[in-house]
Amino acid sequence: MQEQSFNDFLREIAPQGRTMLLPALLEAQKEFGYISKEMATEIGNALKVPFADISGVIEFYSMLHSEPTAETIIRVCTSPSCSARGGRDVHQQILTELDLLKDGATADGKYFVEEAPCLGLCDKAPSALVDETALGSITPELLLNPQDNVRTEVYAKESVITGRIGEVDPFSLDDYLANEGFLSFPNAVQIGPEKMLDCMADSGILGRGGASFPTKMKWAGAAEAPGEQKYIVCNSDEAEPGTFKDRVILENDPFSVLEGMMIGGYAIGASKGFIYVRGEYPKVQKTFQAAIVSARAKGYLGENILGSSFDFDIELRSGAGAYICGEETALFESIEGKRGFPRLKPPFPTTHGLYQKPTVINNVETFANISLLFRIGVDAYRSYGTEKSSGPWLFSVSGDIAKPGIYEITNPTTLRELLEWAGGVKDGAALQTVLLGGAAGKFVHPDQLDVRLTQEDAHAAGLTLGSGAVVVLSENADLKQTLADLGHFFAHESCGKCYPCQLGTQRQAEILDRNLTGSVIEGDFTRLEDVGWTMTDASLCGLGQTAASAVLSAMEHFPEQFK
Amino acid sequence: MNKTFTLTIDGQSVDAPQDSTIQQVLESINKPAPLICAHEATTPEGLCRQCVVEVEGWRVLAPSCVTKINEGMVIHTASERVIRSRRTILEMLNASVDLSEAPELQAQMDEFGADRERFPHAKTREQDVKDDNPFFVRDYEKCLMCWRCVQACGDDIQYTYSISVGGRGFESKISTFFDSPMPETSCVFCGNCVAVCPTNALKSKTEFFMEQGLDYDEIRQEKRAEKKKMGGGK
Ligand SMILES: Cc1cc2nc3c(=O)[nH]c(=O)nc-3n(C[C@H](O)[C@H](O)[C@H](O)COP(=O)(O)O)c2cc1C
Ligand code: SF4
Ligand code: SF4
Ligand code: FES
Ligand code: FES
Repeated sequence: MQEQSFNDFLREIAPQGRTMLLPALLEAQKEFGYISKEMATEIGNALKVPFADISGVIEFYSMLHSEPTAETIIRVCTSPSCSARGGRDVHQQILTELDLLKDGATADGKYFVEEAPCLGLCDKAPSALVDETALGSITPELLLNPQDNVRTEVYAKESVITGRIGEVDPFSLDDYLANEGFLSFPNAVQIGPEKMLDCMADSGILGRGGASFPTKMKWAGAAEAPGEQKYIVCNSDEAEPGTFKDRVILENDPFSVLEGMMIGGYAIGASKGFIYVRGEYPKVQKTFQAAIVSARAKGYLGENILGSSFDFDIELRSGAGAYICGEETALFESIEGKRGFPRLKPPFPTTHGLYQKPTVINNVETFANISLLFRIGVDAYRSYGTEKSSGPWLFSVSGDIAKPGIYEITNPTTLRELLEWAGGVKDGAALQTVLLGGAAGKFVHPDQLDVRLTQEDAHAAGLTLGSGAVVVLSENADLKQTLADLGHFFAHESCGKCYPCQLGTQRQAEILDRNLTGSVIEGDFTRLEDVGWTMTDASLCGLGQTAASAVLSAMEHFPEQFK
Repeated sequence: MNKTFTLTIDGQSVDAPQDSTIQQVLESINKPAPLICAHEATTPEGLCRQCVVEVEGWRVLAPSCVTKINEGMVIHTASERVIRSRRTILEMLNASVDLSEAPELQAQMDEFGADRERFPHAKTREQDVKDDNPFFVRDYEKCLMCWRCVQACGDDIQYTYSISVGGRGFESKISTFFDSPMPETSCVFCGNCVAVCPTNALKSKTEFFMEQGLDYDEIRQEKRAEKKKMGGGK
């Protein structure tokens, strides 16, 4: 019966070919708990994908398994925010409780336990995902009786980008309309693509995905690029440890992102958009899929939108457990049904993106800002932020902090002020350091707290805001553990394409493990430096280039941690 | 009509056709960068990064084999950053993979002063030889993941797609569909993969048997028996 419906599903998607490989594998994983050789053979035959490639793809994504798992999959986060707040202990406890010596399935086939990289639930650390249920403040009992308990707090002195969060029903298009929704798309259409791009240039809007690239440059590049078929892609792979802002936007205000994508499609002449949501965000996927369906029903997606000659539709794709798929070209490869390997650049996505067509890829928060900009206009937009970092900026605050959550910054604010706003270090302890910008970011020395959280100030201080992750570590946190956590994260997430990162993330993790267990050997400090700088200098993509960033900053600020 | 760009390489001014890669220019002045993954028969993927050079004004080093030149580029081929990367890549590789039958890598380790014991207690790719067909063996603890065999099997030569890159990160490997033995895959035993392998990870059965001390007649008998077992027996 199950098998029958899966075969029907395969027959239905077969004409689309290889691009449907990941959806097919995810569906099989969900239905059967794993992908058997027989199932993989049928998928390969239906989608015309070479069999060896199917194994290659299954092995690449950590949520896909070629061996049976269990009825329930428990994923316990051991990334820095959760590890610092006891995640590793709960992981051990649940293994003991289930009579497991290490990660894997219980003998009765009921539970499958595994350590997981950051699940984007850092504010509720320690956190876990049990099948599709997100859990915060986990205990072994909660893991066995899961009940969604995650309500992320959102703080804003003036709610600009977060205005609808908690105020509207995310499943109601009418609610969105009643709260200034779908005002920006008509504004954009009214002024036309050329003026839109001027408007974006004047606004100074920067990408919120980590690199802070001027959005206008991408859009103009793709608009000018020759070609009939172009794409808009929304990057919702959010997997940077310590970052959960995109989840909060999408779970609470999906239409603002959808409208931003429509505006993008109109500006560059794309009729198709994709939103790629990480596999660990089932609630986001449900919420956004519902938004797509209701937008279609009301004529906001489809043909001749709102009586114009503009056609645009959006397709949601799920990731399957791979941080690297947040890298834009790896994300395209993933949608194309391949292993998520980053491509060599140039060429860039604006001319050779998804399916080698001109493509604009932006972050979730960037699209929400686009909606905001075309609703309130350049001057109002520029009244927030600074000259060089215009508009509102979101920060995900977690770790040893009194009030973890999302913080919207609309006026220049220092890191110290942000920490005070967030109630200071938890339980009144002293601050040890802040990991700013996530795993790919840097440790901040307590002397650096007066840096303003803008691109220009962070840059001048030799720091990076990245995607806005602020992970607070108190004097009681074991920095050696955090460093080892980071080592494991990158070793687990390196795609393996280029040698410096494939080998360097492993060597780095080994040295950081020795550092944690007090078994350093002669020369480890320089070994770690050589590995770190080789990854930074010679790696193919941003993952390897930043895989040593936090470690090298710790070596600079806290050399005593490496003794 | 082919315009040229002028570059400065280690202080020397060089003119080169504008669609050249850095490596092509380096070859033209007899200063080729060391290569690991690149091969004339396969599409360059820029994997090993052993060919990196420093370009003034660039944040990261540039892989010579896939980087196109620009007018006025100022390149350093032996800066401290370049040498550290090359040496460290070799040291990390040697700690993971058996390079004993890769003479080019041995020569590079000597050239860049790589310490062959730089990473003690490192995890390796040690594993058993896969001996499942009459034509070649797969000794993957010698595999340095240059992808050339996969490319030769696929779009670059044979269009057979019997093998793929599997695993991830350090656990990357060359694999078949559910680890099937080669005779159960689409493999046609063309031998292209063996021909492009730089480390003897893929080795002809004849060479493999010779190393085990078999003589010519014994090898012929062994191979005939294996082919029969496989069911073809050409
Ligand atoms: C390893 C890696 C992971 C990334 N993950 C994400 C991500 O989860 N979300 C995101 O928006 N950008 C991510 N990026 C950045 C994207 O490549 C890309 O720059 C971004 O989506 C562009 O959007 P923006 O211009 O709106 O910032 C990642 C980059 C790297 C190197
Ligand atoms: S830097 Fe790391 S993640 Fe990026 S291509 Fe190289 S191995 Fe893959
Ligand atoms: S088996 Fe040989 S050709 Fe194939 S990836 Fe390994 S080293 Fe390269
Ligand atoms: S959910 Fe655990 S660190 Fe983010
Ligand atoms: S030879 Fe240039 S990257 Fe390998």
